[in-house]
Amino acid sequence: MTTNKSGAPDIGLVGLLRWAWRQLTSMRTALILLMLLGVAAIPGSLFPQRNQNPQKVDSYFTTDPTLAKWMDRLHLFNVYASPWFSAIYLLLFLSLIGCVLPRTFHHLKAIGKKPPLTPRNLDRMEGYRIVSTDSEIALGVAKKWLKENHFRIRVEGDSISAEKGYSRETGNLMFHLSLILILVGVALGSLFGMKGEAILNVGDRFINTPTSYDNITFGKFQGQGSLVPFSLTATNFVATYDPVTSEPSNYVLTTSIANPIGTSAKTVIIKVNKPWTSGSTKVYLQANGYSPFVTVRDKSGNITFQGPVIFLPQDSNLSSLGAIKIPDMTPQIGFIASFIPTAGSSEARGIFSTYPEVLDPRLVLSAWQGNLGLDSGNPQSVYSLDTSKMRKIGLKALTLGSTYNFGAGSITFDGWKPWVNLQIVDDPGKMYALFGAIFAILGLLISLFTRQRRIWVKVGNGVEIAGLAKNGIPGLAEELTALTRALVDAKGESE
Amino acid sequence: MTSTNLAFFSNDSIYACLVIFTIAFFAHTFEVSWSVRNSSETDRTEFDFSKTQRAGRVGTAMMILGFIVLGVAVITRGLSAHRVPWGNMYEFSITGALMLTAAYLFAFTKYKVRWLGLPVSISVLLTLGTAITVLYRPSAPLVPALKSPWLAIHVLAAIISGGVFLVANLVAATFLIMERYELKGERPAWAQRIPSLDSLDQLSYRLIAFVFPLWTFAIIAGAIWAESAWGKYWGWDPKETWAFITWVAYAAYLHARVTVGWRGRKAAWLCIFAGSTFLFNYIYVNIWGTGLHTYSGL
Repeated sequence: MTTNKSGAPDIGLVGLLRWAWRQLTSMRTALILLMLLGVAAIPGSLFPQRNQNPQKVDSYFTTDPTLAKWMDRLHLFNVYASPWFSAIYLLLFLSLIGCVLPRTFHHLKAIGKKPPLTPRNLDRMEGYRIVSTDSEIALGVAKKWLKENHFRIRVEGDSISAEKGYSRETGNLMFHLSLILILVGVALGSLFGMKGEAILNVGDRFINTPTSYDNITFGKFQGQGSLVPFSLTATNFVATYDPVTSEPSNYVLTTSIANPIGTSAKTVIIKVNKPWTSGSTKVYLQANGYSPFVTVRDKSGNITFQGPVIFLPQDSNLSSLGAIKIPDMTPQIGFIASFIPTAGSSEARGIFSTYPEVLDPRLVLSAWQGNLGLDSGNPQSVYSLDTSKMRKIGLKALTLGSTYNFGAGSITFDGWKPWVNLQIVDDPGKMYALFGAIFAILGLLISLFTRQRRIWVKVGNGVEIAGLAKNGIPGLAEELTALTRALVDAKGESE
Repeated sequence: MTSTNLAFFSNDSIYACLVIFTIAFFAHTFEVSWSVRNSSETDRTEFDFSKTQRAGRVGTAMMILGFIVLGVAVITRGLSAHRVPWGNMYEFSITGALMLTAAYLFAFTKYKVRWLGLPVSISVLLTLGTAITVLYRPSAPLVPALKSPWLAIHVLAAIISGGVFLVANLVAATFLIMERYELKGERPAWAQRIPSLDSLDQLSYRLIAFVFPLWTFAIIAGAIWAESAWGKYWGWDPKETWAFITWVAYAAYLHARVTVGWRGRKAAWLCIFAGSTFLFNYIYVNIWGTGLHTYSGL
């Protein structure tokens, strides 16, 4: 081996890699990485995450843009998909594999082997004692007792070496291998899965193609054509509420599903905890709200817009906010509107909703005239109105069936429809994760409740016995006492 | 009885429990403080628990009575809403207090742990007191997301784990206090009947080794439920995140003990740290956190 000037051995690239691998796969590194993963998960629970609460993230950007920009650079609004979080769990994954696989091979080899030889100096071991018994029969009695207590036995000359609890390591390895299986399941799900959401008015049909979704994300290796070709019609939706607390007590969505599309449709009930399943794809009922149904006419009475408009709920009594845009009138007309399912009013708050069910609805409109900005090329939310090139021409609260004449035309509040938000998820990896989880618990139970220990019996200077319990697990002393008693009793019987 | 009557009966039982556990608490303090005796020979304060045996027995009897009445309160609460009584933080708290009492009484039948009666009765009192005053919610049906058989399984596993984590923390804290005394010299007389440092160390380890698989199960049951309710089995919701952090902390504790050989003080501090991540999750995330686990206010 050559040495460089500093005197340290020149291990070369291969040596360096081997050294790095050994460091990475050491138990200490694995533990540090595990702790680090726990610490790294904390910021994601303290700061709002973009995929969970995008509005709150936006509010960070409006209150302190500079700070928010820096937080964003550190991926604090997207912790669990950030490079640094991924780096930790990928390293942990590697470390776990490097730690567990060699141990598994080692253990598989050790399973068939006999217990190690009896040490020369038994008196250094735990619970060492000399039993006053007949040394002629001692080995036979001890062997019988150890067999009855399910020890593996190795008889070598005048001594017995016995061991019990190999399944501790089996359970331990099973647990760690299962963790790897869970991670494989997670990876499969994110690489080959898809997830999307679509809002659907009751009465409408949803066809499972990418363009039907409001938003959809595919895994890296998931083809866009791989969606299950079903069609779903929302035939009815019933929400029931507690009359005292206004809290929802049940949501029931009745659908008619044709899978694949074109075949005869079946009626399927979807509830919050009861998704519809087809293979690894599931359809969930995730949220609901109201779409007021309006008709807009121009001055001469021609219909320029008619239909339900999806509004977004703002509070637990389902006051809902939305925008109605009429690009086909000149100048263009837009409404910022709120739908109140059951109206109440007070001096301080004006009109507000007192109950989430539609009992006495109002449609509160502010009418705007000008340029809707739809041709600017910038994508625009369908739920809000860009009023920068518009002016307000009126304000009105409509009861069901009434009409508001805003000068350039009129708008009629004809009715309402409930809408449901469907979440459609395909996760082909979750079965692996589930099996991983089940085996992990089994492995954990086996490893934590199996006690591994050795017992030795040696005949020579009297009958010596001693033991060794792995990790100082209790119970060995009792076992040695029982063995001693068996040996002493045998002496009594033989006399 | 009607649902409303049952709910009122449950509330009254909780108030009765407050009285019963207060008596238990005073009986246990009386047991310690009235056993003080100034030894004439050594001129030192000594404790003679034989003098106050009756107070100790009253304390234990009250713990048993409290357990029964609290059990009735939890059951009638569930009956009044026609479901398992684990729908909001008030109900978690009263069930948790029941589990803590059960854990103590179970330990009492096996070991001499009357010394734990004092910390356990005060913990139960504080939990019930906060529950009925701050966390109280009228008995109501569940919101749709909670209507699942997993509610019983997932939440019960989490509550039992939480109760055992807290007992393990009490034991670890006792270890640290006793160790301080022993480093300075001898334990004060009142602490003589508390088990040896070694036993305390072993006890907290055994509690954690026993409950760690259950906690793992609680997380997995939650993941299975989340898959059917929210569409993904793991979403890094704040509650999930902290459950994971607690899991990591206890996993580190077990590794530190089994493979690195940590014992005593270091292990006790790690145990307390891991237990506080659980408490943080229960208190902070429930009250101030946002996420899918926050239902109906609390």
